[in-house]
Amino acid sequence: MQSASSYVLSAVGIDKVFPGARALDRVDFSLARGEVHALLGENGAGKSTLVKCLTGAYRRDGGRILLDGGEVDPRDTLEAQKLGIGTVYQEVNLLANLTVAENLFLGRQPRRFGLVDAREMNRRARALLSEYDLDIDVTAGLSAYSVAVQQVVAIARAVDLSGKVLILDEPTASLDTHEVALLFRIVRRLKERGLGIVFITHFLEQVYEISDRITVLRNGQLVGTRETAALPRRDLIAMMLGRELVGEVGSGNRHAAPGGDVRYRFRGFGRKGHIRPFDLDVRTGEVVGIAGLLGSGRTETAEILFGAERADSGTAEADGRPLDLSSPRAAIREKFGFCPEDRKVDGIIGDLSVRENIALALQARRGWARPLSRGEQDRLADHYIRALDIRTSDREKPIRLLSGGNQQKAILARWLATNPDFLILDEPTRGIDVGAHAEIIRLIEELCEKGMSLIVISSELEELVAYSSRVLVLRDRAHVAELAGERVTTGAIVEAIAASDGRAGT
Amino acid sequence: MNARYLPLTATVAIFLAAYLVCVLQYPNMLSTRVIGNLLTDNAFLGIAAVGMTFVILSGGIDLSIGAVIAFTGVFLAVLLQATDIHPLAAFALALLVTTAFGALMGAIIHHLDMPPFIVTLAGMFLARGMAFVLSIDSIPVRHPFYATLKGLYYKLPGGGRITLIGGLMLVVFAAGILIAHRTRFGANVYALGGGAATAELMGVPIGRTTVAIYALSGFLAGLSGIVFSLYTSAGYSLAAVGVELDAIAAVVIGGTLLTGGSGFVAGTLVGILIQGLIQTYITFDGSLSSWWTKILIGLLLFIFILLQKGLIHVTERRRRHA
Repeated sequence: MQSASSYVLSAVGIDKVFPGARALDRVDFSLARGEVHALLGENGAGKSTLVKCLTGAYRRDGGRILLDGGEVDPRDTLEAQKLGIGTVYQEVNLLANLTVAENLFLGRQPRRFGLVDAREMNRRARALLSEYDLDIDVTAGLSAYSVAVQQVVAIARAVDLSGKVLILDEPTASLDTHEVALLFRIVRRLKERGLGIVFITHFLEQVYEISDRITVLRNGQLVGTRETAALPRRDLIAMMLGRELVGEVGSGNRHAAPGGDVRYRFRGFGRKGHIRPFDLDVRTGEVVGIAGLLGSGRTETAEILFGAERADSGTAEADGRPLDLSSPRAAIREKFGFCPEDRKVDGIIGDLSVRENIALALQARRGWARPLSRGEQDRLADHYIRALDIRTSDREKPIRLLSGGNQQKAILARWLATNPDFLILDEPTRGIDVGAHAEIIRLIEELCEKGMSLIVISSELEELVAYSSRVLVLRDRAHVAELAGERVTTGAIVEAIAASDGRAGT
Repeated sequence: MNARYLPLTATVAIFLAAYLVCVLQYPNMLSTRVIGNLLTDNAFLGIAAVGMTFVILSGGIDLSIGAVIAFTGVFLAVLLQATDIHPLAAFALALLVTTAFGALMGAIIHHLDMPPFIVTLAGMFLARGMAFVLSIDSIPVRHPFYATLKGLYYKLPGGGRITLIGGLMLVVFAAGILIAHRTRFGANVYALGGGAATAELMGVPIGRTTVAIYALSGFLAGLSGIVFSLYTSAGYSLAAVGVELDAIAAVVIGGTLLTGGSGFVAGTLVGILIQGLIQTYITFDGSLSSWWTKILIGLLLFIFILLQKGLIHVTERRRRHA
């Protein structure tokens, strides 16, 4: 155990109550100098609420915050920053229209004779970034650089401003492996400098790679704080979920192809410049997985099946009857459903309520002349909120206020409400936490048992293997392999993706 | 070249090309007299457009400036007619009123979280209405000090004159450029235009900056009203209708993004000069209706909006491929 004085930041008994929900219930948290402390928990567990209380973005309802042993009470993020607590968020919170140097020194530009001394500012910006091995043109607009570089600039700014505690809220969510390595190098260096670093992420392997200690929250309560080295992954997941995750490492139990007849038959289906023509059979009650690297044509396949992009070759039929998939509207009439990949852009309508979001697709299929009555909408929403365990205080809450996993479930509910026969899910578990993963997977299996045909696109190969009876492998916008039965293993999928001319996906 | 300079470069190129065309057809347009008149005739619009540039850079809009100019004109005329205070004192009073008016609109926009469009639209009606309350007639200003001020000029070689108000516009532009690019307030304006929520997280005092921006716009609208009063020697509540739209046009043609966060005060000057040049050309031609100014400005605006859309498209694509 470390003595209390070695903690740079400790929070004792933090309470936070939102209307209708207790977001934090007497949570303790302590951060030592020179440690990376992972803060974990499911969506809605209270991680971001805790961070916001620490940085003054929220006013806490109870508890004390000690910084360097003295009690502090930051009223807003600026005050927290002045006290020494800096935060870097997943979506880079810098201004893309300003230059790198302006971003670093906004609000504290060096001045000469009362005017901003741009030359001095740029010089200091270069010096600051050289500490992070970043040699870039600081007079260029921030938007000219990749997210990873922007992230480093954000960290440089936060550390330069605060210097005691650095909170990283899902900094790696949109970075590739190489960029994550770059980021971790910087985190390790800051750690050596004695900063306390709070690291929030969904990626467990990153937690084990970088963190010294782990604190787990669940439903607003502290589950525990452990040394990372002494906490096996299984125990960590158990701490996070509070239950054994059924089938998390599921293998092979569904691989026997269902005996049902082929229901949907696509022949030579494709579109020039989009996806090369492919053949695809889907049986009743079957999950067909689609695997491939980013840009291999996974989403394009989904779009063409749903009519979001019109196929220019091939035929589609269901039970021998030709299908009209010329537009999403037509596809919905054919009882197709599609949950797109980027739910923030393509899926949810943030300002509409959970109820309205759920009722949307069904209303669209019925047409404007036959509106769903308010009673029907309420029944529909309540049914799916219960059935899918969507965690919301009520159905009229704007959907943007829900956590990612719950938004995903609401979109799923939207399509389930139309009672589809054929459902396409594009990355249903992206950006949501482990617990919600398991729930979505369970949902997929349930739907398929009910006789629905599903196409699931995912970059989580273990998941695909867990629920798919067959997996299509895509590469360079073409279907290159189909694995079935015993051959559906992560190894085989990786091999099929890799069996190319050595060109990595973009 | 840095993409952010492209709209400004395009504006300057269009201005030079247009000027070249004018000079080829009417060589007299090269004279300094024309240039001096260009500055004098557009002085009030230019000064107001500097304020508008700051507002638009911050992602807002100020629809009240035409009405504020008219109000200032009537206010001065009434004050100078009814009392015998010195015009300079009247000017100070007018600036005080319009600055406070702008600050009030800024405060409402920030504290009540209202769209600038609505708040300044209300401000527009209010200012115009107040002008009518003061007087519905056109009131001439006959104070000898006005004549003195109008007599001040700097003689250019070739007979052109930089009048007091034309020179004042140039000074205002110089000050605007300095404020936009060399002060923390200027940086905050750009930050606000880049995204208010992010700017706030980065420590920009949103409230203070918003109030200051609209106060600055109010101040410059007031100054523009004084210039307009000097220019016309009268105050009339129906004057300067639609000046805010001309100012917006000048700002956009000057290469400032209507969504905020990107642009240059210097560009607005060129935008003003382009508008003035078209008007001068029509005057020289003599046979064209003055509505051609509006038509050409409309076309130019359209071209610039397309250019900006194209630029955004190109930079986004480049980013995606990066």
